[in-house]
Amino acid sequence: MARMKFLCDSDRCIECNACVTACKNEHEVPWGINRRRVVTINDGKPGEKSISMACMHCTDAPCAAVCPVDCFYKTDDGVVLHSKDLCIGCGYCFYACPFGAPQYPQAGNFGSRGKMDKCTFCAGGPEADGSAEEFEKYGTNRLAEGKLPLCAEMCSTKALLAGDGDIIASIYQERVTKRGYGSGAWGWATAYKTGIQAGPAPGERKG
Amino acid sequence: MTILATLLRALALAALFAFAGTLTASAQTQPPATSEKDLLEYLKTCKPGQPCDGRVTIPDRKSGTLVQPEGRGWQERMEGPVKKWGGWFLIAVVVLLALFYMVRGKVRVDAGLSGRKIQRFTGFERFVHWLTATAFIALGLTGLNIRFGRSVLMPLLGDDGFAALSALGKTVHNFTSFAFMVGLVLMVLIWIRHNFPAKGDGAWIAAGGGILKKGVHPPAGKFNFGQKLIFWAVILVGAAIAVTGLLMMFPFYFSSLGGMQQATFLHSILAILLIGVILAHIYIGTLGMQGAFDAMGTGQVDLNWAKEHHSLWVEETQARKGGAAAE
Repeated sequence: MARMKFLCDSDRCIECNACVTACKNEHEVPWGINRRRVVTINDGKPGEKSISMACMHCTDAPCAAVCPVDCFYKTDDGVVLHSKDLCIGCGYCFYACPFGAPQYPQAGNFGSRGKMDKCTFCAGGPEADGSAEEFEKYGTNRLAEGKLPLCAEMCSTKALLAGDGDIIASIYQERVTKRGYGSGAWGWATAYKTGIQAGPAPGERKG
Repeated sequence: MTILATLLRALALAALFAFAGTLTASAQTQPPATSEKDLLEYLKTCKPGQPCDGRVTIPDRKSGTLVQPEGRGWQERMEGPVKKWGGWFLIAVVVLLALFYMVRGKVRVDAGLSGRKIQRFTGFERFVHWLTATAFIALGLTGLNIRFGRSVLMPLLGDDGFAALSALGKTVHNFTSFAFMVGLVLMVLIWIRHNFPAKGDGAWIAAGGGILKKGVHPPAGKFNFGQKLIFWAVILVGAAIAVTGLLMMFPFYFSSLGGMQQATFLHSILAILLIGVILAHIYIGTLGMQGAFDAMGTGQVDLNWAKEHHSLWVEETQARKGGAAAE
């Protein structure tokens, strides 16, 4: 089976937010919930980079380890999903998550949180694939239809790659080799403990 | 009352110091890195509260944090120190209390029960005690469920049953906390004057509280040194648990992500510590000592019990009563 991963090539990302919009529209994500976001660092300075970030579907996901009701599970594709029927909205997964992925709707007064929502890698949830209940809670299940996540499909510069980890890593490595630089696979060291996969650091170009 | 004011001020100051680092955002000193490796290095030099964040176009400011590797560190702390060590600590407390009971047995009133009763706690004092106690038990059980339920109860109840129970537990925990906090404040008001160090305390400590040997009864006032320790543990640790609990109940209102992680960690570890202390308190107030429960039960204790365990208090009470009768 494939091991699904995300990879954002920050040397290509132009901060158009199409991935964010595509995600919101595809899954009809409620107002205030952001499964994906684009973060710009060094804004307006040399070395400015934009990176599209969502749940990275970690190896040994800390959210799953820390969840008091054990509502997370991993699919055969390595996608980290959760059950909203079990979630109690305690917020622990947000404290553990290295990428700020879990989102909570406001459920009542003050800080009371509803059931957690996050990126599903367009793979739905525990309900039957493509069912109305699944869509209501988790959005579209594109993986079950043989399609990849819409955010990456929508990406105008193909900065955001989604799919089998080995394949997207080799695509990225090829790019780095060709253009001679790459700022690394953002989040990979933290999410997959595989180190920075691709490319020399900027400046140390391959000859 | 000035002592009370000083204490509260010190407490507020301590709480402020603990979270000051995470409350306010100071200016960024150097720009973030341009590769993930550099960013992770940069984040290590990032002081708590300093925004090492990027810019986002959505209102959720905290989403500007690109990577926070401390998440894994927090998860490991919650599993290691809190769950593993905390779990063993609680088991050790129960085992030690059981061993103590087997060796020492129930501490009996040496002179036998006199049949004469003396008023120890008023109705209001008992109300305050039981308000705090019932709240604490509800909070303790629902809190332990969050930390240990997944390993202990979930296999018994199944996923759905356990999730439903935990959701209910979370609601109970949130609302009962206010009763506990009211109880803490009332306890300070009614009992703080009896809980300052007094001259009998040294002798009481030297005699080991008299609990180890039969017939040894060091003099004590309304509260002996052990009870004073319980009082201060409940008030100080309880206040710290209350403050961190409020931070958790209002997530990100007063603290950053680092602050929330600190708050949850401290909240769990202090709560486990206090549960251990209270287990010992419950033991000596029920199983461990004859006649002790009456103090918080009916409020009236046997005179011989009182003379053995709180001799100074009995003298004082009887002198006051005698004086009042003579007038």
